[in-house]
Amino acid sequence: MTAEHVTTEHAMTEQTLRSRVLGVMADWSSDQRSFKSASWGKAMMWIFLVSDTFVFSCFLISYMTVRMSTTVEWPHPSEIFALDIGGKKIPLILIAIMTFDLITSSGTMAMAVNFAYARERKKAAILMLVTAFFGAAFVGMQAFEWTKLIHEGVRPWGNPFGAAQFGSSFFMITGFHGFHVSIGVIFLLIVARAVWRGDYDVGRPGFFTSRKGRYEIVEIMGLYWHFVDLVWVFIFAFFYLW
Amino acid sequence: MTAMTDNTTHAHAHAPVAHAAQPAAEAHGQQHPIKLYLLVWTLLFVLSACSYLVDYFDFHGLLRWTLIVVFMLLKAGLIVAVFMHMAWERLALVVAILAPPLAVLVLMAMMAWEGEYTNFLRVFFFGA
Repeated sequence: MTAEHVTTEHAMTEQTLRSRVLGVMADWSSDQRSFKSASWGKAMMWIFLVSDTFVFSCFLISYMTVRMSTTVEWPHPSEIFALDIGGKKIPLILIAIMTFDLITSSGTMAMAVNFAYARERKKAAILMLVTAFFGAAFVGMQAFEWTKLIHEGVRPWGNPFGAAQFGSSFFMITGFHGFHVSIGVIFLLIVARAVWRGDYDVGRPGFFTSRKGRYEIVEIMGLYWHFVDLVWVFIFAFFYLW
Repeated sequence: MTAMTDNTTHAHAHAPVAHAAQPAAEAHGQQHPIKLYLLVWTLLFVLSACSYLVDYFDFHGLLRWTLIVVFMLLKAGLIVAVFMHMAWERLALVVAILAPPLAVLVLMAMMAWEGEYTNFLRVFFFGA
């Protein structure tokens, strides 16, 4: 043990609990931030999305659990979601169209963010409206799908095709996702209106927060929208294709 | 009090370093060439078409599951990295956002085990 080592140890015992607690306070109040490239708004949206990831994960994992544990055959999504087009039965076609629709909306959203930062607000607002249109179309197709299944006798407690858990998993997972899309469409319309009017250029207070907004709101809105698309990627793979 | 003053000095000494490491991107926001978005868009279309074809051609078993998961992860990766700009964010944010969901894999493994067991009990006792 070197002499230097002994002195350090001695200093450690000298350091009182009080001064160490004060040190913690100093560290937390030292104007530091962890996410140096992200504003608080963006960081909070990301943290919300992480919590939302856990919600959807729980749905998908409980779906996995009931599908693994049932002894009754699981209904074939490929046949259930088939559509008759021109007298020919095409498997899963509606879900494929919904997937392409949502990806397209993600593409227009990404470009809207670009134009918003470039201060081309008309282009940004129009692209956001296009995004909202594709989102609304998605919800419409989902409503069509639900109606079709309910007419065929699919209920949360049973269905004519096989395992009873199919209905509860289907309505829970797609319903919660469709709800996310609907909320996204509403917020897209609100933000598109603000961008169109140039609210973020003149610093007009928001209707809800009464605070000045920035064009970063478009990017944060985009994060939510892309997340909805991201969740659909997993639902498409695990629920419809598996 | 001495300790606190020391700490404060310490924090200030670090502050300029942190600022220097801060990218200039913040002022201009996340702006990337439209061409890149169009490329990712096309890739997502192609990958979605591929996963649809897995069902259309009615692949079964391990091949089906492998293809589904591969296409799914590629699509998810493209969306998060490019559309959600994760590729351009600092590592602190990337780690804070992408690491916690990995815990889901533990829950998934546990529930797969549980599901197998429930299925075994049902077959064993009810002979279903």
